[in-house]
Amino acid sequence: MRIAGKGQVDRGTPVSFTFDGHTVQGFVGDTVASALLANDIKLVARSFKYHRPRGVMGAGSEEANALVTVGRGAHQEPNVRATTQEVYDGLEVRSQNRWPSLDVDLLAINDLAAPFLGAGFYYKTFMWPKAFWERVYEPIIRRSAGLGALSGEHNEGIYEKAFAFCDVLVIGAGPAGLMAALTAARAGADVLLADEDSVLGGRLNGEREEIDGIPAAVWAADVVDELAAMPNVRLMSRTTVTGAYDQGTFGALERVSNHLSGANGRPLECFWRIVAKHAILCAGAIERPIAFKNNDRPGIMGAAAVRTYLHRYGVAPGRAVTVFTNNDDGHRTARDLKAAGVHVTAVLDSRKDGPDGQGYPVIYGAEVCDTGGRKALESVSYRTVSGEEKLGTDCLAVSGGWNPTVHLTCHMNGRPEWREDIQSFGPVDGMVPGLTTAGAGNGTFSTMGAMQEGAAKAKAAVEALGFEVGDVDLPSAEDAPYNMEPLWAVAGRGRAWLDFQNDVTVKDVKQAATENFRSVEHMKRYSTQGMAPDQGKNSNMGALAVLADATGRGIPETGTTTFRPPFVPVSIAALGAGGQGVGFAPERFTTSHDASVTDGAPMIEAGLWYRPSFYPKAGETKWRQSCDREVQMVRNAVGICDVSTLGKIDIQGSDAGALLDFVYTNTFSTLKVGKVRYGLMLREDGTVMDDGTTARLGEEHFVMTTTTAAAGPVMRHLEYVYQCLRPELDVSMVSVTEQWAQFAVAGPKSREVLSGIVGEEIDNESFSFMGCGEVSVGGVRGRLFRISFSGEHAYEIAVPARYGESLYQVLVQKAEALGGGAYGMEALNVLRIEKGFITHSEIHGRTTAFDIGMERMVSTKKDCIGKTMSERPGLSGAEREQLVGLKPVGAVKQLTAGAHLFEVDAEPVRENELGYTTSVGFSPTFESFLGLAFLRNGRARHGEQVMMVDHLRGVTARCEVCDPVFFDPEGGRMRG
Amino acid sequence: MRLTCPHCGERDRREFYYQGDAVALNRPDPEASDVVWDDYLHNRDNPAGVTRDLWYHEGGCGAWIVVTRNTLTHEVLATELASDVTEVSA
Amino acid sequence: MVELLAKTPCEGLLPISVGNVSLAEDLPVSLTMLTVHKGRLEACSELLKSAHGMAMPKPNRATGTAAARAIWFGRDQAMLVGPAPNWSLKNEAAVVDQSDAWAVVKLEGVGAEDVLARLVPVNVRTATFKRGHTARTMLGHMTVSITRVGEQAFQIMAFRSMAKTLVHDLQRAMESVAARG
Repeated sequence: MRIAGKGQVDRGTPVSFTFDGHTVQGFVGDTVASALLANDIKLVARSFKYHRPRGVMGAGSEEANALVTVGRGAHQEPNVRATTQEVYDGLEVRSQNRWPSLDVDLLAINDLAAPFLGAGFYYKTFMWPKAFWERVYEPIIRRSAGLGALSGEHNEGIYEKAFAFCDVLVIGAGPAGLMAALTAARAGADVLLADEDSVLGGRLNGEREEIDGIPAAVWAADVVDELAAMPNVRLMSRTTVTGAYDQGTFGALERVSNHLSGANGRPLECFWRIVAKHAILCAGAIERPIAFKNNDRPGIMGAAAVRTYLHRYGVAPGRAVTVFTNNDDGHRTARDLKAAGVHVTAVLDSRKDGPDGQGYPVIYGAEVCDTGGRKALESVSYRTVSGEEKLGTDCLAVSGGWNPTVHLTCHMNGRPEWREDIQSFGPVDGMVPGLTTAGAGNGTFSTMGAMQEGAAKAKAAVEALGFEVGDVDLPSAEDAPYNMEPLWAVAGRGRAWLDFQNDVTVKDVKQAATENFRSVEHMKRYSTQGMAPDQGKNSNMGALAVLADATGRGIPETGTTTFRPPFVPVSIAALGAGGQGVGFAPERFTTSHDASVTDGAPMIEAGLWYRPSFYPKAGETKWRQSCDREVQMVRNAVGICDVSTLGKIDIQGSDAGALLDFVYTNTFSTLKVGKVRYGLMLREDGTVMDDGTTARLGEEHFVMTTTTAAAGPVMRHLEYVYQCLRPELDVSMVSVTEQWAQFAVAGPKSREVLSGIVGEEIDNESFSFMGCGEVSVGGVRGRLFRISFSGEHAYEIAVPARYGESLYQVLVQKAEALGGGAYGMEALNVLRIEKGFITHSEIHGRTTAFDIGMERMVSTKKDCIGKTMSERPGLSGAEREQLVGLKPVGAVKQLTAGAHLFEVDAEPVRENELGYTTSVGFSPTFESFLGLAFLRNGRARHGEQVMMVDHLRGVTARCEVCDPVFFDPEGGRMRG
Repeated sequence: MRLTCPHCGERDRREFYYQGDAVALNRPDPEASDVVWDDYLHNRDNPAGVTRDLWYHEGGCGAWIVVTRNTLTHEVLATELASDVTEVSA
Repeated sequence: MVELLAKTPCEGLLPISVGNVSLAEDLPVSLTMLTVHKGRLEACSELLKSAHGMAMPKPNRATGTAAARAIWFGRDQAMLVGPAPNWSLKNEAAVVDQSDAWAVVKLEGVGAEDVLARLVPVNVRTATFKRGHTARTMLGHMTVSITRVGEQAFQIMAFRSMAKTLVHDLQRAMESVAARG
């Protein structure tokens, strides 16, 4: 029911939205919860387990009952708290966890079965038979118990993440937070003030009180205006700080546009990483419920929430309101309602004494012992020494006292401290380094006290940061003492709810204790207490008190469970913002990319790079046709391939040779200028790390190439060796991978292609095999290396990357005129398998120099990384699996990579395994599949036969073991 | 988590690559015994408290850094350039 | 004799402008990495002054002017941005041509800081990151160099091969900032 003249909603701007298909009217400034209550809609949800009718309980992000689904289809978002979702025109809200409807929910049968659904029922009921676990029990549990559902459609919404830095982060903009922000900001600190509400002010917007003689909400708005005008202050409304992390880092979720009817390109949410030199937590407190029989009916609410609906939204949640309280705050609710003209049935105060009624009866020593009404509260029964009475009422406002919102202070493993004075756990400054607490969140519940503490904590914080703080003018405000006598649960039979969201009752907690789950962490897991989306914000204290009572201990001895981030649920979409589609990782393109795509080459990912698989020609319908042609083209004419993706590291300095000698197994300091040498690099544990060629361009100038995959790791390794092990060396290392576009020109006609392109004469003297030097390419200074990864007479030519595309096109054109052309990764792979050249398929992190037949490359004349350990027993010898070649010789002509090797007549089981294949390909040169493999004692077994068995693909092939170099073992073609 | 690069200042953890214990700086003599090499390569303390490890400012200036930190409190006690540490000890 | 045609890293991708922020390719004539020989930092700085008019930059700083700038890149390392290097620098430093290795863009306009705040994990706001300040850091998943070159202007350098991703990430952040108004 809306009260005329009350509230801060914009009565001039009505809004219409739907709830379960029915149109509901509200105003700008309403939440779904306030608009529903204004329209007397009490039943908004069904409970998790028993499908009990539930209504709005609170007015903040801790709401346990009123979870709804917002939007539809790809935009559907489940489990939104109706108390924080702002209304807008066209908003579509649906209740959840009910079938067929909220009003008639057939699964409410669970409520009748309640005796069988208590704590631990999952563990006891769904045990046998095991075969039922996945197919029967899980679907039943999932259908009957649960929350809202995702649509299953792709979420097209925009999400964002961002970084922010500040001197002081103030979390919460109530009286303490506003004073803290004001104090820090006036001192000149860079202040960030975050609050999860749409309007800053915290409880000041939900109370009827004055600060400095003006209404508290107006005072708050004035302070916000002052802060907003300061250049050193950033205000972040609708932003919940969700976690406190190491070194002053905080996570925060900003709701950017999900309160608006159209996002218009704005993100829905933004997840902030905030780095603060100091943080002041002013998170306030959460009013606690009291457990009594049937305390979960729609219409039973927090007493402070009732005041919030009255003052902030101008809504009375009932026409005849009863208050049940153990402290003075309940009386405040009654006074405010009365003043607004709402009928107050009675104040039931569990204490012996307290304030007088102001036009309504106050009954001391009263405890609510039952309630009536199924889909909405109709009556309340209470008990006093003189017996039991029943009152007709449609709203029960309950106040069990306040729990400071300490959650963030516990995120780094800190434990809150029990405080007798407030009968609750309070924070300890320092539990999160650089974070202090003020206000109700620190157990200081009066407005005046909160403001004082906020100002004082801010002063201390900014002074420690070197700012000067003048005198802080504190306004005058309410400063009432906190009079409360704890009452956690009203004794009696029947179900009394603690955790409304997970349907956990007092009985469940007692049962857990009876079954010896006495540790609070065990009780939690056994009963599911506190494990719902609200993470026990409303219920943990009550459950602890009940457990303490049941186990005969005090609350401080019983202890608390651990609060972990996030403080409120955070969508995965916000956490992973930007990571969808191409945002997942950078894409790296070679300069020839567009030309390859134009030629129809399918591109494959190689790390972050994109490389061409093959270049289909007219009439080729299968990749193998293109691959075979490209292999033959290189063997018989000439092929062009972009090899720019290989890592290239420029190494200079008087100790460049010494560094290379130390990182490579073989010697480079003796390499002649103008020459290239193949090098092998080990890890310190003796395993092969990478291989590649290194060219000596000058006395103190080398260029190392790495494999594409290891470019980053090798650079890191070189820096490690230099900075950590040999910092005395005079050496510089710069990655030049991106500087040079480099192309392989391979085949008998390679020199012919280049001779028209390179300004210099290329012959066997100026560029003999493994020669290198500078060349001129159309007036551009380039580099030429006579190296071969195909076994053919081949070169790699490099020019500055700006000319890459142009050179590629020229090379391909020339090659095509000579019967050649571009070749892709598939052909490159076949060519190198034919030649027995290794890649990371072979040096995969478990193989040694011995395994790949290169043990002689580990120089005995010098130390190098990995040398000592490569000499360990077990890293060489007949028992090792050694690199061999395989050729199919039986009826099955196909080889597969990753298959296992066995003796011909052995059973193909793990115990008999002798090795495995690493690389295979169909060789058009030999008209046969060829494979590289590691075979136990393989080098001694050339000429023998083994069985290749691929259990996954179902391929078994008899193979002959041979030397891994199938093609031109003498190497005449490369040198010629 | 934030680490202070001796060059760049305090930076987000995402800029750093984690290597492992800073014992890696003390590479044994090639002729040292198997036990010494085994220790160097494989055996690590797992302290509940102060530890020293190597990080690489890969998303930054490329410095290798020795970080002294507390595994219990997550406090970062000191950061030094690995090259300085090695040069001093060499 | 062949004729090679040059192509810039961001050709076909830039310029773009969203809201108040613009993004344009800002490729200098030359980019040269200078890595100072062991123990020669001061001598190299003197040489750089006489050759190009600026000292070797201290960590996290850039020296020089828009026409010729030296940007700190790492320990004893600076990127000379602008002129072709005076080869006498080889006496004091390893001189490596990087003119083709980096995509260089300029992000400019009111809101440029907000755009970077969506991608870069360092504080680039004016109070702490003034003109002439530079950072080796990350933009999204890419390692970059970011230098404030004006009141509301940043020079950003990323690997050439990642130019498309650089533009994509910046454009998305620009759109997001512009949409918030």
